[in-house]
Amino acid sequence: MRIPFRFIAGRTAFYLFTAYAAITINFFLPRMMAGDPVTAYMQRNAGQISVEAERSLRILFGLDQNTSVWQQYIAYWQLLFNGDLGRSFSNGLAPVGDVIASALPWTLGLVGVATIISFVLGTATGAIIGWRRGSRADVIIPISTFFSTVPYFWLGLIAIAVFSSILGWFPASHAFGKGASPEFTLDFIGQVIAHGALPAITIVVASLGGWILGMRNMMLTVLDEDYIVVAQAKGLPNRRVLWKYAARNAMLPQLSSFALSIGFIVGGTIVMEMVFSYPGVGKLLLDATNAKDYPLMQGLFLIITLAVLCANILADMAYAILDPRTRQTEA
Amino acid sequence: MTTSQNRTEKTFLSQFAASFAMFRNPKSLTGLIILGVFVVVAIFSDFLAPYGPLDKDFSALRQAPSLTHLMGTTHMGEDIFSQILYGTRGVLVVGFLAGIMGTVIAVIMGVVAGYTRGWRSESLSAITNVFLVVPGLPLIIIIASQFEDPPLVLIAAVLAATGWAWGARVLRAQTMSLRNRDFIQAARANGEPLHRIILVEMLPNLMAIIASSFIGTVTAAVLGLTTLAFIGVIPITNLNWGTILFWAQQNGAFPNFWWWYVPAGLCIAILGVALSLINFGIDEYVNPRLRSAGERARALKKKGLNANDVMTTVRTPASTAKNSKDTNDS
Repeated sequence: MRIPFRFIAGRTAFYLFTAYAAITINFFLPRMMAGDPVTAYMQRNAGQISVEAERSLRILFGLDQNTSVWQQYIAYWQLLFNGDLGRSFSNGLAPVGDVIASALPWTLGLVGVATIISFVLGTATGAIIGWRRGSRADVIIPISTFFSTVPYFWLGLIAIAVFSSILGWFPASHAFGKGASPEFTLDFIGQVIAHGALPAITIVVASLGGWILGMRNMMLTVLDEDYIVVAQAKGLPNRRVLWKYAARNAMLPQLSSFALSIGFIVGGTIVMEMVFSYPGVGKLLLDATNAKDYPLMQGLFLIITLAVLCANILADMAYAILDPRTRQTEA
Repeated sequence: MTTSQNRTEKTFLSQFAASFAMFRNPKSLTGLIILGVFVVVAIFSDFLAPYGPLDKDFSALRQAPSLTHLMGTTHMGEDIFSQILYGTRGVLVVGFLAGIMGTVIAVIMGVVAGYTRGWRSESLSAITNVFLVVPGLPLIIIIASQFEDPPLVLIAAVLAATGWAWGARVLRAQTMSLRNRDFIQAARANGEPLHRIILVEMLPNLMAIIASSFIGTVTAAVLGLTTLAFIGVIPITNLNWGTILFWAQQNGAFPNFWWWYVPAGLCIAILGVALSLINFGIDEYVNPRLRSAGERARALKKKGLNANDVMTTVRTPASTAKNSKDTNDS
């Protein structure tokens, strides 16, 4: 299967531009503030940090008064290419990169698994509801819409109240039991699954509605197309018409709307991690916000944006595989 | 001259009314009615609320719902029902402000990107796509946390700045398809000025999408605002449903004091469902198949036929019986 250069080049240019824009936004974020983070940090830790340390902090965060914004911008890019995201105030000046690296796998695992389950389940349900149009299955739409308009964090709080506090089925918080340390044993993996189940189910329930509705609406449009009539007239079994003819085409807009949804889901997950005390980037971001830890906040925004971009690239690749039109070389 | 002016006014008004046709269906109307109730509550919350939102009654702490306190009280003896009523205003004001700002940006960006060609169109579209991909909530959290006391307008502006892109993208696609229609070509050939082509010829045809983009932005803004308030990034002086949840979470309401956290979340959900219903109605107006497909299938089913049947069935009593069996297992 050959995907034409034009398609790849176009998407690559777009992603490079988006990454550039995100990095530049990130550069200007602390410069919009009235005060600067270093002064604020120094005030709170008066006497504990020497003058030399303050000066090096300023250079590190590009808040050196003696250089122009342009020079700071170049220095900022140089730091980024060296993988240096600065140092975190609230973690004893540990490198931001290391702090994020310890939290990222948890979020990637949780959001990744939950999003894939939700996408597959929602798209399949939507396809079936669209196929059986006008049947009782339509009831699922208002129900799933209700759950998708509820804020993630509230759903999480209710889930904790019902399933862990009252029923005691799931642990209420953290990614693994107290006293356990990350290792590759069956016991530890079991703990991770037990702790991750409730947050993952909450994300799935909250994000399912969008996929179901989008797929069902697209199916209703696709089912009126002539090629569906032809496929049925050829005598193909309904199952084949549903999945290979209708669903496959109706799925394409689903993949495009993945771009919109993944950012939204990540946003919702951030707050849910706080509710579940899950040690991922979301909780880290909120802790950083409360501690006014600007370098960590900046680094997190950058990493989250880049992760969302990567998810988009995957969605694009799936699109190119499913839609032959993107593979045709355009004249 | 007066008569001709009257006539043009009349046609303008009737056209104006016609451009709201997308709301004339049961789903949209239901949504609008629910939204209307919330708007009335927001306007008259001073009269409706039995207590002030922060009135403390230390003789009634953490009380379950009763006749004196319809939704119970907080740990400080504040009446939760009154807090919900007052909170409606905070939610709706920010939601609508953000919706209006976001829609204005979306219309300008989308219509201009759709009407122009070449690098102008491409660059506006690229900016739209960047805003579509960059995750909004982390950005909002970071920006809001950099202000000690962010004003409501600023919060609404930030929510609008992160929420306009989807509307702009849909509007651009629709404008591009309108651009080459005959009536636009004719207007251009008649030498109508650009602003008239866009305002008079195009906008009425874009109203449904503009309305849907407005509703979508408001929905996202309401969710964003309550989330920010719940995290505690927004000052608690701005009372809204998220603030109530923030207090409940901070003061150990979970899981025992359900009356403290259930109503606020339900209000967010009901408002969200109302806004979604309005948009469902608009979707069905824009794409009539969404409604007619279900109606047609139901009508066929009543006759004992299945919409997914391979053949057009000749309706003999025997085949009717067979088909109703098929309906069940397909």
